[in-house]
Amino acid sequence: MRIALILAVATATAAALPIPGWAQAKAAARKPPPPAAAPKAEEKDAATLEFEKFRAEMEDSNPAELFEAKGEELWKARRGPRNVSLAESCDLGLGVGVVKGAYVQTPRHYPDAGAVMDAERRIVWCMVEKQGFNFDDIAKRPFASDTHTPDITSLVTYVAAQSKNMKLAVPLDDPKVREAYEIGKEIAAYRAGPYDFSCNTCHGADGKRIRMQALPNISTPQGALRGVQGWPGYRMTGGVMLTHQWRMGDCFRQQRFPQPKYASDAVAYLLTYLIGTANGLEYKGPGIKR
Amino acid sequence: MHPKNLALAACAALPFLAATQPAQADADRRAVAMAVIKKDFEPRGQAGLDRLAEDGLQTLCNRTGNNPPAYVAQRLEADQMAGIRYPSDGKLLGDWKQGEQIAQSGRGFTWTDNPGLPVGGNCYNCHQIAPKEQSFGTVGPSLYQFGKLRGNGPDIQKYVYGKIFNAKAFNLCSEMPRFGHVGALNEQQIRHLVALLLDPESPVNK
Ligand code: HEC
Ligand code: HEC
Repeated sequence: MRIALILAVATATAAALPIPGWAQAKAAARKPPPPAAAPKAEEKDAATLEFEKFRAEMEDSNPAELFEAKGEELWKARRGPRNVSLAESCDLGLGVGVVKGAYVQTPRHYPDAGAVMDAERRIVWCMVEKQGFNFDDIAKRPFASDTHTPDITSLVTYVAAQSKNMKLAVPLDDPKVREAYEIGKEIAAYRAGPYDFSCNTCHGADGKRIRMQALPNISTPQGALRGVQGWPGYRMTGGVMLTHQWRMGDCFRQQRFPQPKYASDAVAYLLTYLIGTANGLEYKGPGIKR
Repeated sequence: MHPKNLALAACAALPFLAATQPAQADADRRAVAMAVIKKDFEPRGQAGLDRLAEDGLQTLCNRTGNNPPAYVAQRLEADQMAGIRYPSDGKLLGDWKQGEQIAQSGRGFTWTDNPGLPVGGNCYNCHQIAPKEQSFGTVGPSLYQFGKLRGNGPDIQKYVYGKIFNAKAFNLCSEMPRFGHVGALNEQQIRHLVALLLDPESPVNK
């Protein structure tokens, strides 16, 4: 009854709307869009060409491999206040110490933590719960800068490399993971902030670019794969190794949002949506980014 | 700006929207997503947590997948339109050269931007504009030859000024930011951008 009333009122108001003040501008707006020169999607700017050359040269010696090696050492070493190694204590989902294939099967739900976690979040959880490191110490500077690469970055790179050329297989048949996927999808669609942006503003349709940077459409499997491929990645700009969590944060920055908390549900759910959408497609391991 | 009107209009629309929700699960999930967003962000630089809150328009676009029922969209577009402040002297055409600079700059509003510096238009991030700039985005349509194709008289000037001031007044859930409405660009800057698109001397129309 009440709903019907409000509806009626709203309709009436809309119908009786006084418009003359802006009618002309509105009419101008309705003129057919110009048959403008089609943007040349294939054209590449100098920076892109330069980057592709660099990537080709680096094919055989991906700088990510340095971090991979460092990460392997860290994984196997007894460390932290409890002096245990991750290799003997950390279960990435396939059993304690099992690294092969674990990255492409995250995010997943971990009953011992009662949470859905992406690989980076899970490794942090192990460092805190098993090795006794302090979460706040890790979260203070979680990502690499030009002068410092945190251990967690190397660890993630190592774990990711152990899933090279494997198919993405986020366990979406687990209801808790499926729920995380759906919430992640909502987060990706959420528009707010001074520019009304959501992830989908930039990544919701095919063939879009910001300047010359192609934007993957993360709502499609192939687009989502492009958003997963090469992460963690060695970034040419600044010469730093960066993780998928970093990429999410930097996109929220471009979205003019505040900063997502490190290793939080929000980022884990977003990654569940992104990686889950690319399920079944092949992950090629840590890569190089511009 | 009429935030009160906006909130009211959005409220009027919500019961209707709730009623059309195909499954309750969607609304529940949205509620969970909102709660997650609320707890999992922290302020950084100029980007405070207040940015996570929706205004009436954002609420409506978010809840309808950017496709609100026409009658609600019209109502809210009218509200957005009413908030557009045109220059009191009626002069809408500025200097296209300065417009080009504003269109080039992508600075502003991120947590790494210095809040003391002027904000850019970000226009080339999304639009092709002058032919010399080949590094342009395609989130929005090409604006090359805009004035040549659409004219440059008072009506189109008013439209372009209004569109830049508040794109949502013409297309409620447009992907384009509301530059004047949120105070990103001022009157003078918007005038320069209008000139960039419409002035016959602008390279856009050569
Ligand atoms: C204002 C525009 C904008 C918004 C909003 C935005 N992004 Fe991005 N995104 C970009 C740009 C630009 C790049 C860089 C593309 C490149 O480097 O080639 C990018 C890159 C990415 C990548 C990596 C793509 C690759 O090739 O490696 C992913 C994944 C991604 N974004 C996801 C997201 C998600 C999730 C959100 C929401 C939290 C989001 N983006 C919001 C502009 C945006
Ligand atoms: C994040 C993307 C984005 C940015 C930044 C952006 N626009 Fe747009 N713009 C769009 C989209 C999408 C449309 C088409 C949908 C619509 O009309 O709302 C559009 C439409 C327009 C139109 C109307 C075109 C027509 O045919 O009527 C004009 C004029 C315009 N933009 C000018 C600008 C100017 C000037 C700037 C910089 C101050 C700018 N835009 C920044 C995305 C953007």
